[in-house]
Amino acid sequence: MARVSLFVTCIVDQIFPQVGIAMTDVLERLGFEIDFPPGQTCCGQPAFNSGYPEEARWVAGHFLDVFRDSEYIVVPSGSCTSMIAHHYEEIFEGDAKRLEEAQRMAPRVWEFSRFLLEVARVEDVGARFDGVVTYHDSCHALRELRIKDGPRRLLANVRGLELREMDMAEQCCGFGGTFSVKFPDISGAMARTKIESIRKTEAATVVSIDSSCLMQLQGAMQRAGLPIRTLHLAEVLASR
Amino acid sequence: MTARDQILADIRAGLGRAGSAKPAPLEAPLLRTPQKDRNLYVQLFVQNLEKLSGKVFVVPSPDQVVPILADLVRGKQAVASNAPFLRTCGIGGFEQVRSDLTDREALREGCAKADVGVTCVDYALAETGSFVMLSSPDEARLISLLPPVHVAVIPRSRILANLDELFATLPKPAEQTSAMALITGPSRTADIEQILIRGVHGPGEVVAIVVENC
Amino acid sequence: MAAIPESQIKQTLGDSRLQLAIYSSTQRLMDHRAAAVAPERLPEYQDLRTRANALKRHTIENLDYYLEQFESNVVAHGGKVVYCRTGDEVADFVLGLAKERAARLIVKSKSMTTEEIHLNERLERHQLEAVETDLGEYILQLAHQRPYHIVAPALHMTRYDVADVFTENLGIAKEVVPENQTKIARATLREKFLQAHIGITGANFLVADSGAIVFVENEGNARLSHSAPKIHIAIAGIEKLIPRAQDLAVFLNLLARSATGQALSVYTSFVSGTRRAGEIDGPDEFYVVLLDNGRTKLLRDPEKRQSLYCIRCGACLNHCPVYRKIGGHNYPWVYSGPIGAIITPQFHGVAENGWLPFASSLCGACAEVCPVKIEIPRVLLKLRSEVTEARRAQGTGGWERLGFRAWAWLMTHPGAYLLFASLGSKFAGLMPKIGPLGKWASQREVPRLAPKSFHTLWEERKRR
Repeated sequence: MARVSLFVTCIVDQIFPQVGIAMTDVLERLGFEIDFPPGQTCCGQPAFNSGYPEEARWVAGHFLDVFRDSEYIVVPSGSCTSMIAHHYEEIFEGDAKRLEEAQRMAPRVWEFSRFLLEVARVEDVGARFDGVVTYHDSCHALRELRIKDGPRRLLANVRGLELREMDMAEQCCGFGGTFSVKFPDISGAMARTKIESIRKTEAATVVSIDSSCLMQLQGAMQRAGLPIRTLHLAEVLASR
Repeated sequence: MTARDQILADIRAGLGRAGSAKPAPLEAPLLRTPQKDRNLYVQLFVQNLEKLSGKVFVVPSPDQVVPILADLVRGKQAVASNAPFLRTCGIGGFEQVRSDLTDREALREGCAKADVGVTCVDYALAETGSFVMLSSPDEARLISLLPPVHVAVIPRSRILANLDELFATLPKPAEQTSAMALITGPSRTADIEQILIRGVHGPGEVVAIVVENC
Repeated sequence: MAAIPESQIKQTLGDSRLQLAIYSSTQRLMDHRAAAVAPERLPEYQDLRTRANALKRHTIENLDYYLEQFESNVVAHGGKVVYCRTGDEVADFVLGLAKERAARLIVKSKSMTTEEIHLNERLERHQLEAVETDLGEYILQLAHQRPYHIVAPALHMTRYDVADVFTENLGIAKEVVPENQTKIARATLREKFLQAHIGITGANFLVADSGAIVFVENEGNARLSHSAPKIHIAIAGIEKLIPRAQDLAVFLNLLARSATGQALSVYTSFVSGTRRAGEIDGPDEFYVVLLDNGRTKLLRDPEKRQSLYCIRCGACLNHCPVYRKIGGHNYPWVYSGPIGAIITPQFHGVAENGWLPFASSLCGACAEVCPVKIEIPRVLLKLRSEVTEARRAQGTGGWERLGFRAWAWLMTHPGAYLLFASLGSKFAGLMPKIGPLGKWASQREVPRLAPKSFHTLWEERKRR
């Protein structure tokens, strides 16, 4: 039985812990032994994206220490996975020791849906979820990790679920971390365009592999009075 | 320090070099070899130019060009270039068309007044429906540019597959001419409300007469 | 270069007609591009991008060599090269030449480089008539506005706006039909082409092995600008160089497809030197003005140097969700969109343009479509750290830096992090929604911290 370490990400830890629970349920049902290094906090992306590489290095270094002994690290987020697997090399340029650790870490970090498909090698986790769902392609997952079909294949095997594509699936939701704080008007306008695309599908739920996007969309839809639910892919796959 | 010296010095400083350096050798240029059968080139050319709203006629021999041209210039003023092939097609002696313009002012005047400009081409490109025209004593630039209709007479053998084959055939156009123009369809704009409008400055109507067996 | 005021951005966001114009124009350009580079139409698309990036990298890293090669080939074909460090030097050259030749009328085709240096204004101050001949640019010139988009300059104007501009400036009766507006422009500008003493064009590429310039267009005004007058001046940034004429197969197969979805622009011109012996028309004098204007500054940083690879196709603008909301006039310089966001701070200073690299969600749509594979998000991130450094040096931005230090401390001390978080989940609702948090909250229902973190739930689960 293979052992898997969870990196739930700070946003799931503090705002959407149910996503972590769902991910755990799915992995345990598939027979994995789950481990949760309690010293985990964040991947460092907020500092890196805000132009504070030094502070990002501290946090990234902590991540490398906490997950040093993990063989598989599963992450319910495309942007955090990309941060660790692609950007840690940039962050640690000039620090040979940490750079080497980061390079050894990169292939061990798995975004959740990709872990299911490529390591667990399953497309059907035995889930049931009744209703019409639309899928949002989060930017880092789509463009940096090249995750597009995977989640859709997993959703296709969920009993009772009808997947309807929105016309702007690949367009950014407008979150962008600090972008939404520094440019709230533009961020809000981008979100409104996106939720209009979602609304047109008449889906009851929008699904993504990134909680930050879901948070952005949820906030905008609530403000607009749209009764559409947001769910992380893990929550749908854990559903029975 | 001259501007030239300063700029070159700034470039070297920016690149972290003290002086000039010979570049590492470049990979050979990427020129996609044409996949299609040469016999399909005419068909492909016709398809692609028609997609751009160009009109294309295909005739079996040079003597079949003038009847088509006659229709196109009826009641209109036309100028033609001095391309030898146009003479072969009998356009030189064709009364409705002014040719043998060799003086710059006369040419400019003639083109500004003309309704139709008739030229040959140096090459044509099948994949894009393009004409390739090299400025020369035989082909002045303004004939394909000022009149609102451009008629290009094309010997079939001059049709190449695509841009890549053009550059494979003509690696240094600057040695042949001061101006090579690739003309792909009629002049157009979408500057006002993204509405497509033809014939802004260049010809709004483009006609090709392809002559087979040539 | 000050930040565009928030009020202006808000106004753009609230203008539904403008939003629709920006949205539909860019959507059309995106759709056409997608069709033109689809695997069925252009199976080599990704290879071409890789090759274009490699060619640009090679050229930029050997820019001095290729400039000198270009220069000697221009001269060999009867032309002259004029190196200019600044826009003033360009204007001085043009004015000097115009004076020597007693030239009064200049026709110009579209060139972002000349917008960059405000050439027309400088020429007009000396009683030279410099007429923009690209339809969109002509309209903007009459309206005294700058371009809204690299490829579609008058994207923000309606036919009624155009009618007003023509009536006011050409003294004609109001004409609102675009086809007729175009005919009016054609007739007016034709006179200018035929009377002009000097034609000024830009250049998309400078070809080193040929001493040639290449420019692309759909209207025919650039061809007319260089073929009708007796003097042709081409003005281009030094970064436009490519090594060989044969390399155009790579670049030309990418340029028009990326810009508008056409396989080739209507007119692609390859021009070198003065008219050759026997050529009936064409210029008697040919000058290539090579402009620095700060480009050599961008060479200095090996990571950001790639910003110079740009071939000005506009694809990044069309795909940028931020550009598609705020449009071209909310950027501080003539270059807008993602490319504008990375080059403006490099040309005009990081401190003065500190906000620009942050006006992006880093979605990466731009990098995905850039034909020369500029890693725009990566450059934006590098610029962000330069902005915070500049603020530190200036002594500003202290609170934000302190905030991130504190945050980083928390994130490296798990015990403290968990304590802080559990306090937050109890008291966050009481936090006043002021300052940045207030603005963030204005756009959305603010999420609440969960009563129990995953850490806590995990512990509970284990105990069961």
